[in-house]
Amino acid sequence: MHLDIRKPIGLLFSLLGALLVAYGLAGDPSKYVRSLGVNVNLWWGLVMAGFGISMLWLAWRRDAE
Amino acid sequence: MKLGPVDWAILFIYFSFVLGIGYALRRYVKTSNDFFLSGRSIPAWVCGLAFISANLGAQEVMGMAASGAKYGIMTSHFYWIGAIPAMVFLALFMMPFYYGSRARSVPEYLKLRFDEKTRGLNAVTFALMTIVSSGISMYAMGLLLNLLVGWSFDVSVWVCAVIVLLYVTLGGLTSAIYNEVLQFFLIVFGFLPLVLLGLHDVGGWPGLQAGLSAVATSRGYAAGAWSESWAQMGSSSANPMGVEWFGLAMGLGFVASFGYWCTDFLVVQRAMAADSMLSARRAPLIAAFPKMLFPFLVILPGMIAIVLHQRGAAGGFSLPVKADGTLNYDMTIPMMLSHYLPEGMLGVGITALAASFMAGMAGNVTAFNTVFTCDIYQAYVRRNASDAHYLWVGRMATVCGIAASVLAAYLVSHFNNIMDMLQLVFAFVNAPLFATFLLGMFWKRTTGHAAFYGLILGTVAAALHHGLSLPAGSVPGIKGGWLAILHRYPSEMAQNFWTGIWAWSTSFVTTLLISLVTKPRPESELRGLVYSLTERQVPAAGERWWRRPFGLAFIVIVLTLGLNIVFR
Repeated sequence: MHLDIRKPIGLLFSLLGALLVAYGLAGDPSKYVRSLGVNVNLWWGLVMAGFGISMLWLAWRRDAE
Repeated sequence: MKLGPVDWAILFIYFSFVLGIGYALRRYVKTSNDFFLSGRSIPAWVCGLAFISANLGAQEVMGMAASGAKYGIMTSHFYWIGAIPAMVFLALFMMPFYYGSRARSVPEYLKLRFDEKTRGLNAVTFALMTIVSSGISMYAMGLLLNLLVGWSFDVSVWVCAVIVLLYVTLGGLTSAIYNEVLQFFLIVFGFLPLVLLGLHDVGGWPGLQAGLSAVATSRGYAAGAWSESWAQMGSSSANPMGVEWFGLAMGLGFVASFGYWCTDFLVVQRAMAADSMLSARRAPLIAAFPKMLFPFLVILPGMIAIVLHQRGAAGGFSLPVKADGTLNYDMTIPMMLSHYLPEGMLGVGITALAASFMAGMAGNVTAFNTVFTCDIYQAYVRRNASDAHYLWVGRMATVCGIAASVLAAYLVSHFNNIMDMLQLVFAFVNAPLFATFLLGMFWKRTTGHAAFYGLILGTVAAALHHGLSLPAGSVPGIKGGWLAILHRYPSEMAQNFWTGIWAWSTSFVTTLLISLVTKPRPESELRGLVYSLTERQVPAAGERWWRRPFGLAFIVIVLTLGLNIVFR
């Protein structure tokens, strides 16, 4: 009936998460001095991607019903 | 602040999604009901998140952080005493009328309940206010992007205007709602790292408390003034906000918050779009849960910032100073973002800010196009045209509304005091409105004449109170006292709260008195519009208690009370 909102949300965050993870793996470590030494791009990118993927999964599960 | 290519990529991806959603939704917009009210088909959780997002403009986010730095955890009162009780009240007691009356807007409810002139008054004032708010959002965004990343003010304003124009004209309210939910998650994901990193940096909550003690004592207050929300509220001189508990509870907790959350069509529209009465009542309650936790997301960074600032050179962080020597608290969030976030996450943070400006604007525009088309055009210009015609008018209203907002943005940029003046006017108008609604929804005797004059007199009372009082340390003019100075308040906030209290009381008493001497409408016309003439909602058999509105509300209140106690 409507576009399930979980799809664009899931897509956006999976995409952004993937981008951050890639950049976090590839980028140079000196960037992370300001974030107290934590590679925040990598870790938070994983969190965001995880969120995005679960949204997509929820939407897919609803479609399958 | 330097944004790298990855940050720009993130911003670009976000804008593409926003436009893409608008485009994807356009095929579901077939009737004016689809355009203005999403065909009343939105699930409760989406309504709930859109509900708080519509209110969560970037000015609120940045303003709360600024207040967190300036006043400490007392700022949480805006949420835990202000917003939450109002949202609960709206869900339990007012949504049945808003949703059940099938009104398409708040002014339309006023017409059904009272009469045409009350609706007209509300429609016109609201339409004006909402366009101006939209313009102020654009202005603030233009200013911020110019300051932070060097975009020209004009480019920011026009890009923002075009994007919002496209996605609202194509997809209507649904488009605005979907993007608001997107914005909500972006804010959470954009700011949470800031809170986590910042807390770690200052040594967790104990470290924060210690740092805040230093801040408080260095300014002449008790050690807990920044980290305890109730302890210093016995007298207005004991806390940095300059309010005592009564002024706060009545002015903020009752009048200002209820006035906003219960009558402002911008937020109420999101609940009206729900797919059922039950969803409509649940939406504000669902919204209450994240709202409760927002102080930790937006106020905490401010508190952390002031602690870092207090550390001086050792912390490597300081808030900028304005031309008059006071700290520029408004820059708290941008400073914190660039202090902790590297390229990549910084892009997410900036995108979250841009998203909230745009969603704030879009929220105002969708409220405007609905009120304009249903309550001004359809009521006074062309009464019985086809639905397709009104759909077209709605789209035209969107275009004109945005054009008017851009104009407002430029006006505000040239006459800076306009912004302060307008915020003032909004406050004058909201408080009396709540008295009108309260009496209208719960007392069948309230009449249209009473409502109309109550609103007018309440607003006048607000203006008078403002003209006759002055906060400490201000000169007569935009801050008050422009008629005479009869009373001095310890702070601007105290003055605001008491203006609200006066306005509400005047409206309430006037409406009551005039109702007693004018003829009310017959009860048969008021079924479903007034509490005593509406059937009670019977919960579905087997519905678990915590899923029913009252059950949810109970949980919300208990949790909020708990938060107040823990952080007292």
